[in-house]
Amino acid sequence: MVAALNAALRDALRDDDRVLVFGEDVGRSGGVFRVTDGLQPEFGDRRVFDTPISESGIAGAAVGLAFAGWRSVVEMQFDAFSYPALEQIIDHIAKMRERTRGRIDMPITIRMPAFGGIKGKEHHGESPETYYVHTAGLKVVTPSSPGDAYRLLRLAIADPDPVIVLEPKARYWAKEDTSFDVEGPGIGEGRVVRDGNAASIFTYGAMVSRCLDAASSLADEGVAVRVVDLRSLSPLDTGLIAGCVRETGRAVVVHEAPKTLGLGAEVTARIVEDAFDFLEAPVRRVTGYDVPYPPAALEHHYLPSVQRIAAAVREVVSY
Amino acid sequence: MLSASDEQRSRGIRVAPEPEHWRGTEPLRVLDADGTVVGDPDVGLEPDELRAMLRWMLLARRLDRECIALQRQGELTVYPGFEGQEAAQIGSAMALGPDDFVFPTFRELAVALVRGVDPVQYLAYHRGTWHGGPYDPRATRFGPICIPVATQIAHGVGYAIGLALDATPACSISYFGDGSTSEGDFHEAANLAGVFTAPAVLFCQNNGWAISMPARSQTAGEIWRRAAGYGFPGVRVDGNDVLAVYRATREATARARTGGGPTLIEAMTYRIGAHSTADDPGRYRDDDEVTAARAFDPITRFQTWLVTAGHFDDELLAGWNHEIEEQVLAIREGVIAQPAPAVEWMFDWAYANPPDELAGQRREVLGG
Repeated sequence: MVAALNAALRDALRDDDRVLVFGEDVGRSGGVFRVTDGLQPEFGDRRVFDTPISESGIAGAAVGLAFAGWRSVVEMQFDAFSYPALEQIIDHIAKMRERTRGRIDMPITIRMPAFGGIKGKEHHGESPETYYVHTAGLKVVTPSSPGDAYRLLRLAIADPDPVIVLEPKARYWAKEDTSFDVEGPGIGEGRVVRDGNAASIFTYGAMVSRCLDAASSLADEGVAVRVVDLRSLSPLDTGLIAGCVRETGRAVVVHEAPKTLGLGAEVTARIVEDAFDFLEAPVRRVTGYDVPYPPAALEHHYLPSVQRIAAAVREVVSY
Repeated sequence: MLSASDEQRSRGIRVAPEPEHWRGTEPLRVLDADGTVVGDPDVGLEPDELRAMLRWMLLARRLDRECIALQRQGELTVYPGFEGQEAAQIGSAMALGPDDFVFPTFRELAVALVRGVDPVQYLAYHRGTWHGGPYDPRATRFGPICIPVATQIAHGVGYAIGLALDATPACSISYFGDGSTSEGDFHEAANLAGVFTAPAVLFCQNNGWAISMPARSQTAGEIWRRAAGYGFPGVRVDGNDVLAVYRATREATARARTGGGPTLIEAMTYRIGAHSTADDPGRYRDDDEVTAARAFDPITRFQTWLVTAGHFDDELLAGWNHEIEEQVLAIREGVIAQPAPAVEWMFDWAYANPPDELAGQRREVLGG
């Protein structure tokens, strides 16, 4: 996935000379996960540059650069380190277009490694999506595969609205795609990554591959479960969600973020609003717990496991 | 640091003590409080430009007072006045070129006037008909009104970085108050400005008060000195001396436009009024302090000098007062006549590519 993101940035820099890439350690070092590797030598230190450790300043500068006609792709080095920038993101980046009656767009892409699963230090495994999804004016996407990472990042950079790109760090080393193409589902569209009619699993990010593993093991038991990669957390593909529930009658939502007011709450509410009459069982959520993200030695107890996911599917199927 | 009494001795007898937060480093000054020339008064402006300077200040004060009246009459929502800060705002705004870009707080109506922002459009914000900048920020190079404290400084620095990338010979100027310098965003923006040698002017109006907090409780040092820590020049200027403000801002913008990087200007001024019409300074500030500060009024000082220099007279003033009354009346009527925003506008600009979901919510609010 790192190579896909790197290719997306390279192609965006090549296709549009107003695109800038900046953040902490993205230039000379090529990024702590090497996502920006080789970009500064290729495009120069005017278009790909390092900044001081200054998340709010980075986001605020991106606002000013948008006023000056630049399209910034900024990196927050880790999920939890994006919080100093929240004021700039929520008060300005998300609202500037509305406040200026459409005169000033904020074509800003904010990338950040997100979620857990790599035995990271504390503050390196957070799932901040609800903060961003809850902010009107932003779009929030998260890829689950290299191919989709390329596509979503290209779409995010080209989008006239600000887009938060949550890169599942547990999938950074995934290598299942080798050629990248921007064609495919857009922002606002989910996709069915495995078909089945017994139940639908709605998930995103690194949990997609885990849900696929669960689906494989359930298939061995004769349970054909559908797996939906939501990919666009805002806007959410509510049509796809309702459509799948109408067809399968049963639903499980899986994410790493804590349960309370996680995206699963919204997905579940949409199912109840839009497809209540088709439900054969209560919706189940398999999520992180409502506790701070645990240390490396405990994270496998916190993150939804294949076993927990499969158990939830069995429960709704046998209801 | 000089004490108040030392300062008085060094400058002769005063009718009133200077505002407390002006103590310390002597600011750059051209005109003393009574209009006496204490620096080179030739700041590069012709007499008609000097007169225009005064006229802007008179208009700004009259309009500011009208806005407070409009709020009292229920025609504006909460309004933040700026009486006493006319020189800081007009002097700095007049030093800008057409391609320079202003990132204001919520108190820079006088700057907006000089930039050519339609005051009725500007006051739509305080009328409560629209947030931010219903005016076109690019047309006048005056950004949206900014409430979150100090955040706009980073916008100015980012804009300046963009100007430098385009090799445009222009600069940005971010306005902020003394209270803003306690925010992390002041530091982050100033640090970025220094690192990137950004063509940015950081213009602090130190008016002595951040709502109820006096400047001495806001920061223990002198604000202009912080520039040294960021590796660029800082200057302390008498913010009630319009010529000194103009000169300092001209120098800063000229340096910025020619690759010399940022400047931090601390303009020492005084907030005569309340923080806003929702604030009651009687709870935390002695009226005597305000009375004393009026002796340092920026308009009186400049007008006195203009008359002495032979650039201005009472006849001209009478004519202007009449014109300004009519101008302000027209703005007042424009503000009151402003139509309410259409309900669907809530939805129409939130996104360039709106989510499908919003179409349904838009229909709902329209009763469809």
